[in-house]
Amino acid sequence: MQQKDVLPMKAEEADKRLAAKPVISGAEAVIRSLIAEGVDTIFGYPGGAIMPIYDALYDFQDKVHHILVRHEQGATHAAQGYARSSGRTGVAFATSGPGATNLVTGLADAYMDSTPMVCITGQVGAALLGTDAFQETDVIGITMPITKWNIQVTRQEDIPGAIAKAFYIARSGRPGPVLVDITKNAQFGEFEYEYIPCTAIRSYQPVPQLNQDAVTAAAAVINEAKKPFLLVGHGVLLSGAEKALIALAEKAQIPMASTLLGLSAVPVDHPLYVGMLGMHGNYGPNVLTGECDTLIAVGMRFDDRVTGDVESYANKAKVIHIEIDAAEINKIIKADVALHADAKTALEALLEEVNPASHEEWLAEFQAAHQKEYDKVQHRELYPEAGELKMAEVIRLISEKTKGEAVLVTDVGQHQMVASRYYRFKNPNTNITSGGMGTMGFSLPAAMGAKMGTPEKEVVAIIGDGCFQMTLQELGTIYQSKIGVKIVILNNNFLGMVRQWQQLFFDKRYSSTEMVNPDFVQIAKGFYIPGKKITAREDISAAIDEMLAHNGAYLLEVVVEKEDNVFPMVPAGAPIANIRLE
Amino acid sequence: MQKEYTVTVYTEDRIGITNRITIIFTRRGINITSLTTAETEIPGVYKFIITVMSTREKLDKVVGQIERLIEIHRAFVHEEEEVVYQELALYKISTRSLDTGDIERLIRENQARILTITADYFVIEKTGHQQELTDFIKKLEPYGLIEYSKSGRVAIVKWSRRFHEHLKELQAVPES
Ligand SMILES: Cc1ncc(C[n+]2csc(CCOP(=O)(O)OP(=O)(O)O)c2C)c(N)n1
Repeated sequence: MQQKDVLPMKAEEADKRLAAKPVISGAEAVIRSLIAEGVDTIFGYPGGAIMPIYDALYDFQDKVHHILVRHEQGATHAAQGYARSSGRTGVAFATSGPGATNLVTGLADAYMDSTPMVCITGQVGAALLGTDAFQETDVIGITMPITKWNIQVTRQEDIPGAIAKAFYIARSGRPGPVLVDITKNAQFGEFEYEYIPCTAIRSYQPVPQLNQDAVTAAAAVINEAKKPFLLVGHGVLLSGAEKALIALAEKAQIPMASTLLGLSAVPVDHPLYVGMLGMHGNYGPNVLTGECDTLIAVGMRFDDRVTGDVESYANKAKVIHIEIDAAEINKIIKADVALHADAKTALEALLEEVNPASHEEWLAEFQAAHQKEYDKVQHRELYPEAGELKMAEVIRLISEKTKGEAVLVTDVGQHQMVASRYYRFKNPNTNITSGGMGTMGFSLPAAMGAKMGTPEKEVVAIIGDGCFQMTLQELGTIYQSKIGVKIVILNNNFLGMVRQWQQLFFDKRYSSTEMVNPDFVQIAKGFYIPGKKITAREDISAAIDEMLAHNGAYLLEVVVEKEDNVFPMVPAGAPIANIRLE
Repeated sequence: MQKEYTVTVYTEDRIGITNRITIIFTRRGINITSLTTAETEIPGVYKFIITVMSTREKLDKVVGQIERLIEIHRAFVHEEEEVVYQELALYKISTRSLDTGDIERLIRENQARILTITADYFVIEKTGHQQELTDFIKKLEPYGLIEYSKSGRVAIVKWSRRFHEHLKELQAVPES
């Protein structure tokens, strides 16, 4: 497939060239800086304004792997998936104008879900800036509210510094996406290259100092508590605080519930784990939030999908909020004790000061609530004997057959909620989903990225028929780059989640939610990806086995009940205690 | 309750920083009534003085979000009585009006001063609070006001915390 007769450099040659402090182009400086940051995978799409960088990349193919996506949105979601599964910073490239604007959705998604990502965009030459030149877009202005930081570089000598800062900012503190826009003249221009990693910025304190008095105050509240309750957010995973969290919960026998993004921080089968919070979370944790006397929220931001009506939220509780981002403290829920700190540091400190305790009666309340939900909802969802296939039973089988050890990448809708409710996560960072934005089309590219980030793991994407059609072109990337993801489409021929709302709150007026779908297996075949379509209960188990046994990408389409609903459910804006089981 | 507040923000000197700050007010639907910015006594560190009509609760959250920005050192919300503040206005008046004589008395009585005089017009400068400055317009109107221009607020915080010391410490740290 080499088009040029000049072959890319071999690893040793590249190493030699990397060691020197030579005069090189800005474009080559970009690639060297990325290598210096340990980047081994880039997701991107070329174009006029970023061509010098792509040209420089050609020489370093043995060092960095470029994955040619089919749409720049796919590059961002792939970088997100890569980051969330591997814990490293995801990297995406795009050209100016339309390439850059196609990054917007992924940047906003990564910003909402605190995912470390560095996007590099090409830009028209500095002399043309602000003149409405061909493919010039003010990407800095557009992305300002959806990036943790962004910068336009117009001089080649500023490139290494900008990239060093970008990585430092993206991954430190509360992580987030960063965009570096580089003008074409800076890519061409030469200068004496040197890379100095960034370790501090004087106006930025990523990791706050733990206030020991606040720890003591929090421990006092916990030691007094009769009904303490731990809420596990994404921050637990981001700070690697899972062990400290579980140790604290075990020491004081505190039940733990997870937000959507906190899933997988605690193994689902842990005896103190009581389920998921929020609109489609579990019955017990939602109802009992109203009963607890102490709420310990760790690395979570009280999203309205979690709190429901804020006025009635956790009314009986003293709130302890552990959060690295000061702006989140007291933003939605007033904290009685705020621990402005990294979750791991704070939990380890708390562990020292918290007394052993047991809260058997309180835990029993969760068990009773779970039983109620199980009897009313879960059993018939997980083990139906007749009727059409249900999403929940498909997830149960996938969960059993992967032993809860797969990286589950879900899209947005009913299938997302069902997968989050029923997949029995065992290991941290195995739940990848679009939480804050709820971006349809997220999962196929994110799964691709997750597989690149953690090739040793089984990566399974669970996708609705609607979501799949938003980014299905990435099947091309999966084929070309031989990415072995398993793709499960739960096809209900509807934009199911919207249809559910129409049924419950809009008098069953199904306005534009029915989907007439193509032959998904045939489409996969067009991309040389094998697949199968299942409609009968007796075929599903073998089909999942076949998918998992297949070496390489595989698409499984499962036709599920058309008008199924996800329960429990808290109607938007209602008190969470009003969670409905049917 | 909505009332007038002063928000001060200390920033690094970076292109786009004004935009980053104002977006945060925009998102919460808060209208900025005046904005002044200039370099502080520390080279490379800027101070923004913003006046807004809003509630304390909202502004405390806004300030938290502003401080989250990478190039922001600190941001504060101040109640009216916590700050000493002034605004500056310039008034351009036809030179003919000097003939009557009593405008000079008016200028003196209002602690204003004449900055410059040309054959056609002269310029008066006055500092004070917004209301004083606009009241002065009314007094000048009979003399033929040609143009009026007013600055945003310049403010100093009454409490004695030594922000200046903090800024000086920053000076020691190179901006990376
Ligand atoms: C880009 C985007 N557009 C619209 C929505 C609104 N939305 C949320 S869920 C959903 C339906 C998803 O349908 P499908 O992928 O078929 O999944 P299902 O709910 O049926 O499992 C829609 C349209 C969204 N979240 N994202």
